[in-house]
Amino acid sequence: MTAWFTDNGLLLGLALLDGLAYAALVFMVAVGLNLVFGVLRIVNVAHGSLFAIGAYTAASIGLFLAAHGLPPVASYGALLLAAVLVGAVLGPPIERLVLRRVYGHEDALQLLVTFALFMILEDVQKLVWGVQPVANDAPMKYLGTVDVPFGEDVIPFTAYQLFVLPGLAVLTLAGLAWFLRRTLTGRVIVAVTTDKEAAMAMGIDATRVTLLTFTFGAALAAFGGALASPTTSLVPGVGAQTIVLSFAVVATAGLGQIEGAAVSALLIGLGRSVAVYFAPEFEVVVPYIIMVAVLLVRPQGLFGVPETRRV
Amino acid sequence: MNRPLEAGLAVLGAAALVLVAWAAPWLKFVLTLALAKGIAVLGILLLLRAGQVSFGHAMFLATGAYTVAFLAPEMPEALLLLPLGALFGTALGLVVGLFVARYRDIFFGMLNLALSMVLYSLLEKLYALTKGTDGIRVAGLTFAGAQPAREIQEWIMFALALGLALGFGLLVRAYLGSPMGQALAGIKTRETRLEFMGVPARRVLLFAYVLSACMGGTAGALVAMTSRHVTPQLAYWTSSGELVFIAILGGAGSALGPFLGAVAFELVRVYAAAQVADAWQMILGGVLLAVILFAPGGVWGILAARFKARA
Amino acid sequence: MSATAPLRPLLSARSLRLAFGGVKAADGIDLDVMPGEFLAIIGPNGAGKTTFINMTTGYLRPQGGSIDYEGRSLLGLRPRAIVRRGIGRSFQLPQLFTEHTVLENAALAIAARAGLWSPLTPLLRPGWRAEAEALLDRFGLGAVAGARADALNEGARKLADIAMAVALNPRLLLMDEPTSGVAASEKMGVVETLVRVLRQAGVTAVFVEHDMDVVARFADRVAVWSQGRIVALGPPQQVLADPVVRREVIGIEAHA
Repeated sequence: MTAWFTDNGLLLGLALLDGLAYAALVFMVAVGLNLVFGVLRIVNVAHGSLFAIGAYTAASIGLFLAAHGLPPVASYGALLLAAVLVGAVLGPPIERLVLRRVYGHEDALQLLVTFALFMILEDVQKLVWGVQPVANDAPMKYLGTVDVPFGEDVIPFTAYQLFVLPGLAVLTLAGLAWFLRRTLTGRVIVAVTTDKEAAMAMGIDATRVTLLTFTFGAALAAFGGALASPTTSLVPGVGAQTIVLSFAVVATAGLGQIEGAAVSALLIGLGRSVAVYFAPEFEVVVPYIIMVAVLLVRPQGLFGVPETRRV
Repeated sequence: MNRPLEAGLAVLGAAALVLVAWAAPWLKFVLTLALAKGIAVLGILLLLRAGQVSFGHAMFLATGAYTVAFLAPEMPEALLLLPLGALFGTALGLVVGLFVARYRDIFFGMLNLALSMVLYSLLEKLYALTKGTDGIRVAGLTFAGAQPAREIQEWIMFALALGLALGFGLLVRAYLGSPMGQALAGIKTRETRLEFMGVPARRVLLFAYVLSACMGGTAGALVAMTSRHVTPQLAYWTSSGELVFIAILGGAGSALGPFLGAVAFELVRVYAAAQVADAWQMILGGVLLAVILFAPGGVWGILAARFKARA
Repeated sequence: MSATAPLRPLLSARSLRLAFGGVKAADGIDLDVMPGEFLAIIGPNGAGKTTFINMTTGYLRPQGGSIDYEGRSLLGLRPRAIVRRGIGRSFQLPQLFTEHTVLENAALAIAARAGLWSPLTPLLRPGWRAEAEALLDRFGLGAVAGARADALNEGARKLADIAMAVALNPRLLLMDEPTSGVAASEKMGVVETLVRVLRQAGVTAVFVEHDMDVVARFADRVAVWSQGRIVALGPPQQVLADPVVRREVIGIEAHA
């Protein structure tokens, strides 16, 4: 064990740091998917496309700003702007024009409607940004690297991935928890999640709540994408990969569980990056193995509540 | 829908396909693939009857296809490879089914998706075995020991696909009308009652699942022998989404639906890809949305309504 | 009843206990159901009447106590295993296959009794079809046999629900509020049909009922439930005349 650690300790340290940053990104996407599911009762297959479009938009805005001589710090504004833009431009029409028509329909139909949206958005993305890789790592370069002490060694790691990503994920989690528990709008959303009919009977405008929630969830996905954009170069297919991963996080946590999604994002993020360093051929499989293992023991997910039907 | 009309349409449709394949030889390839996919979609249709949608059924198709690709160099006999593809699909269906039959609705869909992604990433990453994303070329085949000319081989594949499509269509039709098939539909509306009738609902679903996996394996073997090239993309979750898409496009009301849907889908794809190479997915997505929102019965539903209005 | 040998109970519950959080839905239930009798269960909402049915049919597992049927324990069995032992149940909210016709519903229940595992022969084969039709006729549902189950009125839905339980040939049938939701004008007709069919088939019945007229007219014995306990048990004339029962149970009932 000690011998193994001497040989592989640094690699493990790097895997953990990577995993943390990765978990932060995955959490941002998964929590949006989960929030939308909680209120709309729809698993949005196109959620991953919103992530991808958010990423592309952020990179484009960042590159545009840099080309016009703005300092790299401005590209942080680009990250936020991209999220707001994508949420505001794509969220409302998708909810109003498409999803609203299938509320309460069969799950199969709802999944397929969002699958159709996914197909459309994937091509929109290809038409706008092409198939060549797009990259803007200015925000990450701007903050430089930090030497993380690890035993007797140090691991140089980007400050962006070490502080910004996990920091923003924790902020999002805390902010969301505060919003849902302490603000009126938040309480209303929770009420609709718990019992839509009762909430409507109490005079809550469920139509507005679903619109707001979906738009917010879309913005969260886009924000996740925007934050991811400096760490990687963007190619078609990002959306398809992201959605299955956030599915895995959400299912592992239990549908509709916000804090739970943070725990399972961490579990899956770390598991995946450990695989990346030690068994790369299993990188993609690990999240699903974690998910299947959890569901075998707890079919409703780690934090999910089993549903019982009244007879 | 009444029996003679459905039978008449099936015979008419088969005749039309033969005629088209004869008149436009380059379409024979497209139609063979369409028929093969239709067989896989027939399996999706079974699960839809139970109100369940599998977003991972391409894993069985890929299993059948890779079975052929792996075994063809050692054992090129198509008439043996075909049942072997079906057999491996069935076996995987039994293993996966034992797990997923415990779940319903979104969890059912997501677990299927996750497990198919496990297969996908194994096919992609185990390069030594599968040649990764390059895929495997299927070696030359023999048919009952003979190696006919290419043109003849194409006709044989077409005939095999058509014959199997008709055979599985009849099988599914009889199954859906049987007590087991009707109980399957009961899972969708009142699973509790099944249990209180002494019927293990899980086993009813498992049977349908394994049958659908068998059809997926058969379809995969046909696809591999027709296209002569298999890639991990066959198992990707978007391929599964396509199968569900075809099921809805054709309509879940009849065993003819999957084949109507598959032919329509493949033709739209061929033309859309030729006309607007970058946007064919968008067009398909648009068609899917339109079908769900405006013609929920699919192509079959439209046809059936026509005939009903006339009768 | 024979005077020489004492009759053994068909169903025998002892010290059944089950609590949901702090609410005691069963707080030491002792009850014997004798072969051939019609036993009514009355009591206010939340007294644990449905819980008793759910525990007996395997939908809920008691936290303590025992339930024996024909001398063998039912504890730990799944609902479908209990059904196979000969205990049927109907539901307060009818559990029908809503996208099937009434005839198909009945035929499915008959097929289920026969084991169901034939994937290629049609459900509405002549033998089962005839039996399903005969069953529906006995319940007065012949006229709606071809209608979809979700198109029926509440009374017909209740009867169809019970018919599906009867199709399984149970020796004991537990019915959860067979007349709730049935229009007052139909009620007596529904119950009379029911009693006739069940007596004919020799089925022992336990039913939860809120209508005291129905209880007085059709029950052999009445068990009065209150807060998870049986507070009175006996022939209807005697129990329904008990002033405490009248005030505590039937009184509350009138306001519920």
